[in-house]
Amino acid sequence: MVTAVTVLYVNYSVIVEVTLRPGIADPEGATIERALPALGFSGVSAMRAGKLFRFDIEAVDAADALTSAESLAERLLSNPVIEDAVARLDERTLA
Amino acid sequence: MTRIAVVVFPGSNCEYDAAGALEQLGAQTQFVFHSATSLGDVDGVILPGGFAHGDYLRPGALARFSPVMDAVSAFADAGGPVLGICNGFQVLTEAGLLAGALQKNRGLTFLCQPTTLIVSSTHSVLTRAAALGQELVVPINHFSGAYTCDDATYASLVAHDQIVLRYRDNPNGSRDDIAGVSNEAGNVVGLMPHPERAMSTLLGSADGRVLLEGFIGIGVGAR
Repeated sequence: MVTAVTVLYVNYSVIVEVTLRPGIADPEGATIERALPALGFSGVSAMRAGKLFRFDIEAVDAADALTSAESLAERLLSNPVIEDAVARLDERTLA
Repeated sequence: MTRIAVVVFPGSNCEYDAAGALEQLGAQTQFVFHSATSLGDVDGVILPGGFAHGDYLRPGALARFSPVMDAVSAFADAGGPVLGICNGFQVLTEAGLLAGALQKNRGLTFLCQPTTLIVSSTHSVLTRAAALGQELVVPINHFSGAYTCDDATYASLVAHDQIVLRYRDNPNGSRDDIAGVSNEAGNVVGLMPHPERAMSTLLGSADGRVLLEGFIGIGVGAR
């Protein structure tokens, strides 16, 4: 007889935001900011462009999901030389 | 006869130019596909320009995980000459074989034009046949070519004479006009300009020759 040990994996929805590190020039963000006054938006500053990734990941709990997502973000989704990555749980999981 | 491996990723598009230029100089070349796990018996490796894996995510971000990159890293660690041109430079920085990163050009435009480079160090496999301060006209062809690094990395590059080429008139916002850098040992080099497209005065410039000659060991004094 073999006794199966079952680990319950749950799908967690995760969001990873990738932005350029402070101090790294962001020509995209700067261009967007410069365009705003012409459209009638005033008082906008510190505009930074970035990327957002949303995906589902199998994990035993929320902390495990975030750890995996952070590792994945560090290794592939961002270039740590110039970018910061922040992972958080998507509301869809929290609901 | 010098044998050079030219790595081909899905989306590479300068591999024939690179191989053709090297063969003009008397080297033997062989294409090595990105899925290969060995480079074969070669004296040097080139990562050519193009859009490896579509440049999805970031230029070079996916290419660095290609199976062949383990062989390239091992070859580099053993002191073998490795040259990344344009997209190849981006792959080498993503792979951590060279310091820094290549960002979108200042001005957010794709640049395709001749540039004048200044040889800033001859302690690399690419610039060892050139003269310090020599000016070379070599074309660029890129969207993400602005060399970026933090202050500590920059200080280390300067301290170890790793900035090998600078733009005379910075076209893309690169830090300190940097067009090419090497690793500390000088056997791994990356540059955004395309020396393989500067092989004949009839086509604008033959200044790429001295760089590629150095890479394959022509005109190199006692070293």
